[in-house]
Amino acid sequence: MSAVTTSFPNPVAAWHLPSRGKVAMAGLIIAESAIFTIFVVAYLFYLGKSITGPTPLEVLETPIFYTICLLSSSLTIHLAAKSLERDYRRLFLCLWLLTIALGGLFLYGTAQEWHRLIYEHGLTISTNLFGTTYYSLVGLHAFHVTAGLIMLSVVAIFGLIGRIGVSQSARVAVLSMYWHFVDAVWVVVFTVVYVLGR
Amino acid sequence: MSSNVITVPVGQTEARPWVDELHQWLTTVDHKRLGILYIVSALLFLVIGGVEALIIRIQLMHSHNNFVSPQVFNQMFTMHGTTMIFFVAMPVLFGFANYLIPLMIGARDMAFPRLNAFSFWLSFLGGLLLYFSFLGGSGLYGAGSAPDVGWWSYAPLGARAFSPGHSSDYWTLALLVSGFGSIGTAINIIATILCLRCPGMKLNRMPLLVWMNLVMAGMVLLAITPLSAAQIMLLIDRYLGGHFFDTQAGGSAVLWMHFFWIFGHPEVYVLIIPCFAFMSEIIPVFSRKPIFGYPVMVAATVCIAFVSMSVWAHHMFTIGMNSYANSFFTLTTMAVGIPTGIKIFNWIGTMWGGRIQFKTPMLFSIGFLFQFLIAGLTGIMMAASPFDWQLSLSYFVVAHFHYVIVGGILFALFAAFYYWYPKMTGRMLSESLGKWHFWLFLIGFHLTFDVMHIPGLLGMPRRIYTYEPGRGWDTLNFIITIGAFIQAIAILIFVANLIISYFKGAQAGHDPWDAWTLEWSISSPPPAYNFATVPTVASRRPLWDLKHPEDPDSRYE
Repeated sequence: MSAVTTSFPNPVAAWHLPSRGKVAMAGLIIAESAIFTIFVVAYLFYLGKSITGPTPLEVLETPIFYTICLLSSSLTIHLAAKSLERDYRRLFLCLWLLTIALGGLFLYGTAQEWHRLIYEHGLTISTNLFGTTYYSLVGLHAFHVTAGLIMLSVVAIFGLIGRIGVSQSARVAVLSMYWHFVDAVWVVVFTVVYVLGR
Repeated sequence: MSSNVITVPVGQTEARPWVDELHQWLTTVDHKRLGILYIVSALLFLVIGGVEALIIRIQLMHSHNNFVSPQVFNQMFTMHGTTMIFFVAMPVLFGFANYLIPLMIGARDMAFPRLNAFSFWLSFLGGLLLYFSFLGGSGLYGAGSAPDVGWWSYAPLGARAFSPGHSSDYWTLALLVSGFGSIGTAINIIATILCLRCPGMKLNRMPLLVWMNLVMAGMVLLAITPLSAAQIMLLIDRYLGGHFFDTQAGGSAVLWMHFFWIFGHPEVYVLIIPCFAFMSEIIPVFSRKPIFGYPVMVAATVCIAFVSMSVWAHHMFTIGMNSYANSFFTLTTMAVGIPTGIKIFNWIGTMWGGRIQFKTPMLFSIGFLFQFLIAGLTGIMMAASPFDWQLSLSYFVVAHFHYVIVGGILFALFAAFYYWYPKMTGRMLSESLGKWHFWLFLIGFHLTFDVMHIPGLLGMPRRIYTYEPGRGWDTLNFIITIGAFIQAIAILIFVANLIISYFKGAQAGHDPWDAWTLEWSISSPPPAYNFATVPTVASRRPLWDLKHPEDPDSRYE
């Protein structure tokens, strides 16, 4: 058995290609955006089409505080990634843990809202069309927040045992892209559910 | 061109025990092995889906036939459609993309080898889930039942009340799981193409196969995901008591149709664009000319992808949309014909004045051009909504889309098999068996699908279990069934050719077709590491440059 090898002319001097992590995350974000679009379309299409109550106007309260929490976590993760690039490890870790705390607070807000809707207003996923579309859209987003928090926590654990340095900053930047996406989706969900939908 | 031969030490070529070999295949993350796994699993499902097609055709052979029961007949057309699209066409095209893209851009592997393996096993698991429904479809109640509500699973047929048991659950989960696999592969293809090109391989020097697969992968991200979202909604309806598609609670059956076809129509282009890619590599090599109109081909591909995202509701003309929607979707659908026509002209322009070699891959390519043109023309007919109102859900539609899928996609795939089999195995496929395969399949194809248009025009509906005698459908259906069996014989010859040539075929050497892209610069089959030295590229045809240093393409770029 023999292998054929061919020799090629001299290599080109400058050859730069984009980072595969960022390209792949951009691809994932495009795909996820399409999924969210379908759920948003379903939510808008079924607005006001429920045969029985409760309606969004009767039961929904705008979660302003928790929204501020989630949106500001985008800022903290951005600063965390930047400080890791400059190898400020301690600052990175503080900002990273703050991001996790803000994300966790947001999830707590969602849990509290769902608890109130279920136990005070009797709204479940099978009550009416509003329940079906509301829990699936907000739930899909909460699922993405949860997945993000798990990934952020893994990084935090490695950070706490001192394994995250400047060499990991490209990977951390990819993860922060995902977290920004989760925040951007919340802007859309918030607008659709709490502003347009009432 | 200077080439040197590396001799591999004898110890490495000794046969390993088969358990080791199997373990290597099951745990591989090599893009070439995964590509072959994709292709082999697709061929397996092709045979299964083909048997289902034959059962459908035997049942329709003459009026009042009782070959299978109506229930089984419904399962057969549902499983045939689902299998052929999701577990034959998608995996086999992903398999070729996996195998060829890293070789064509001079890369060591895909960008994410483990994601690659994960995606393959997801889509294979999807196929197993679908077929497990034959055993477990009714859960604990006894015998299984395969899904039987058509491959669109239109609401409310997919709901609990109309699909009791688990047959629809297996269908949903199979498509969801394989959909996640497709998304993973698409992301991998995009990252590989954008980030792993060898030095000098600028975007405007990539082989057209790579370009078109890049566009295809982008479309997968936007087209498969709506289906995944709709499947999640269907699962919520079936398991959590949701009301997305439950009309009694105010839900909408039409919304499911929209979501399904927002996936369903771009999916056709997801399947056909890689076939355009095969054509754009094979036709130039066997015409001994570079591709005609490279930039226009790329632009036309992107254009098709863009327009095809806004044509989906031409599958829904008969549900009663308003006249604006009908006109819009008629116009967009007809607009797809323009870039597609450009492509067909470019392939003919490539052949024009060339020294054409009528080897088997070229025969299948010419068959593709001819049949895809006719499929496109009946497509334009169906795009006119008044015409569609008359013939929607008839055998005319069945004939049209089989003309695309068999006459177009399958012919292009056969061309690709004959062209790249030597690279994958190191052996040539037999030309004489190949010619038998081509001519028999061509005759069988035209006997089946040319004739199938006529009962459609006479009013024979699709998915019909049987029909009354005396409607003028009997003879036509008999001819169609005979054609189907001729195609089946041709496929058997093809499979025999694959197996016999693997052991007894002529040695291929590294470049049997005197081709111009990078995969032909390394040995057949390629070593695990692909390229011993990283290639550099100065034009669209790097191997031409090496073989003709006195007149390289790079001089004209």
